[in-house]
Amino acid sequence: MKPDKPADTRISLAHGNGGRFMRELIEQLFVRQLSGPLLDVRTDAAAVPLDAGELMVTTDGFTVQPLEFPGGDIGSLAVHGTVNDLAVSGALPLYLSLGTIIEEGLEIAQLERIVASLARAAAASGVQVVTGDTKVVRRGEGGGLYIAMTGIGLRPPGLSLGMPHIRDGDTVLVSGPVGDHGIAVMLAREEFGLRSDLHSDAASVLPLTQALLPLPGLRFMRDPTRGGLATVAHEISRATGLGVRLHEQQIPVRDAVRSVCEMLGYDPLYLACEGRVVAVLAEADAEAALAAWRKLPQGKEAMAIGRITGPGSAVSMQTALGGERYLEELEDDPLPRIC
Amino acid sequence: MCLAIPARVVQLLGEDRALVDVGGVHNEISLALVDDVAVNDYVIVHVGYAIARLDADEADRTLALFAQMVDAHETRSREIH
Amino acid sequence: MKYISEFRDGRAAAAIAAIIAREADPGRDYYIMEFCGGHTHAIFRYGIQDLLPYNIRLVHGPGCPVCVLPIGRLDSAIELAEIPDVMLCSYGDMLRVPGSRRRSLVKSRAEGRDIRMVYSCAEAVRLAVANPDKQVVFFAIGFETTTPPTAVAIREAQRLGLENFSVFCNHVLTPSAIQSILNSPDIRQIGGVRVDGFIGPSHVSTIIGSGAYEYFAREYQRPVVISGFEPLDVLQGILMLVRQMNERRAEVENQFSRGVTRSGNLKAQALVAEVFELRRTFEWRGLGVVPYSGLRIKKQYARFDAETRFAVQPRPVAENKACECGAILRGIKKPLDCRIFGTVCTPRNPIGSCMVSSEGACAAYYKFRRRNDAAQLLQAGTDG
Repeated sequence: MKPDKPADTRISLAHGNGGRFMRELIEQLFVRQLSGPLLDVRTDAAAVPLDAGELMVTTDGFTVQPLEFPGGDIGSLAVHGTVNDLAVSGALPLYLSLGTIIEEGLEIAQLERIVASLARAAAASGVQVVTGDTKVVRRGEGGGLYIAMTGIGLRPPGLSLGMPHIRDGDTVLVSGPVGDHGIAVMLAREEFGLRSDLHSDAASVLPLTQALLPLPGLRFMRDPTRGGLATVAHEISRATGLGVRLHEQQIPVRDAVRSVCEMLGYDPLYLACEGRVVAVLAEADAEAALAAWRKLPQGKEAMAIGRITGPGSAVSMQTALGGERYLEELEDDPLPRIC
Repeated sequence: MCLAIPARVVQLLGEDRALVDVGGVHNEISLALVDDVAVNDYVIVHVGYAIARLDADEADRTLALFAQMVDAHETRSREIH
Repeated sequence: MKYISEFRDGRAAAAIAAIIAREADPGRDYYIMEFCGGHTHAIFRYGIQDLLPYNIRLVHGPGCPVCVLPIGRLDSAIELAEIPDVMLCSYGDMLRVPGSRRRSLVKSRAEGRDIRMVYSCAEAVRLAVANPDKQVVFFAIGFETTTPPTAVAIREAQRLGLENFSVFCNHVLTPSAIQSILNSPDIRQIGGVRVDGFIGPSHVSTIIGSGAYEYFAREYQRPVVISGFEPLDVLQGILMLVRQMNERRAEVENQFSRGVTRSGNLKAQALVAEVFELRRTFEWRGLGVVPYSGLRIKKQYARFDAETRFAVQPRPVAENKACECGAILRGIKKPLDCRIFGTVCTPRNPIGSCMVSSEGACAAYYKFRRRNDAAQLLQAGTDG
């Protein structure tokens, strides 16, 4: 006998008022997709076992539009974004909490697809959703669906990772082409009539980060999301007082991303990635790091893209032409230019 | 002054419209400002309009000139060092 | 990307730069103006100055249609958007430019005005068809490259018999701007013009043809090389100018032979002549009032002219006295010579035309070069 499909096909305010419809939504949609030994919706908080090590916690909000785009959706993006923040800090991601704010009128079939995708991403990243919350807001007060996600992980003791460890002369690596996510989402919004089969790079970077942890010269890792590669370079420079010097020739950018940037006048170095890692390592370990990354499917196009320079020097780049250029800090989001 | 880039005509859509490609990205543009454009021609596109046809022979001739300059320069630098 | 990436090859750049270095006479300076903001952007974006000998001085011209649009015209566009039922469509370039009293289109939009960013004027026509109850006004800016598409859009609106589409026309002309740089009345007060030769814009010239510059080469005895916007095009254009100067020639040469012919795009020129006519004068930010330098919509198309449909009032806005854009545009000064550069005048709060868009001389300087050129200036003392 087919389970009784929920009568209506769209989210109503009743799905958020604590009553029967909300219970059914949580049981038939969330729990059915995300079920796991630790997920118990009847409790107010989840008890989770933890081994020894440093407890790492992160939280992130997801408001991407459209909700589904080539290469991902808000559900898988939430998992990857949260897992990646833990992974680049050297932690092994373990548990997630899922806060959803749903707008009245969202199609339940779409919500189901997104939660299923979220569940798949969590399983693929080896993490469990252990608790959550659901709210419904009136039509017109929310972008269809917002997700707030918190992640917990364990970092092995004795790991010296973080910006204070960065030194003048260190090498900067990136794990793959930049700007894919930024352009894929923009094309999905069909604002400029541009079409391509470009996919978001959204993915868990755990394999990439775990591959570098054994290297003694590993100083720092970050996943370049909003603001892209140039923004990570500025964050490093501002936190350490050192400069960052990139080489445009070495920075991998897909043709489709470069083409859209040419058409609209964007700079790929400031576009969002969602499945890349920027790593800073002692020069001696740079080769080993590249080799480790290039063995992984996500790291095939990893490149050394520049190095850390002396105190007081700026964030700059040697251009593909051989000249010099500064990378200013991002201010306003780029708008398409005609001139 | 004006952001315009070369794009390859992939398909003629009739009524002065065409589908073009730049590095794998497709865009629908107007051909109202140019004449007798054929598939695989390159046009220079600005604000969604082809403003001129790109002369592929001239482009290749310019690139060939650059290549000669590179050979001359690099043989000269090898002789000096 | 075919016919793009090949024109950015570092080895070719080194080769051309080496030839320039060999052929440039160390005994003189070569003041070369790149008239168009697209070249200014390429020069800073790729650091082309670093590949050139020190005595080749690049003088950054008036930049782009955004930089030279007077504040008064932007104020009028902002006020058009305040008329009930008006949907103002604009290219992205104008959205953040500050008008007077700290207004801008993006701020008006945040306050609820219906302002749409369009990537093509064809979208504005589509929006007019889709919103019959709205008065769609297209904020048209741009030089001769961007004017023909607006003409096509107006003819399309006429063909569709649209009653709710009009254009606020601010199209301007390149030759008249070059002329005003070379012989504007206040040239003595500014101290003449230090420009020995011009890098001419390629995309504008695909429309107007390289022939349009022959008057200047003859009249002012200065060479003009029409160059593409890719870095190798710019380098080759500079080499061709250096050769002309060494040989005391003042001709129009066409480096962008892959896209520009002597007569240009006759079909586009005919369409423009059908829809637009010359204004007797038009104000340019940084250049002052320039005769026969702007276009307006002809009487036959008055239905599509926002200035007549909405009785737009001209409102001149005085330029800030401290601003040195007039001198910077003529190669007399550099951004670093201007008192308010980088302090009062920044990309977020542009005072003069050169700071308004990333293609203006001061904005490009601020964004791409500021630090080390200031240092070089100090090392080299005042380099005149």
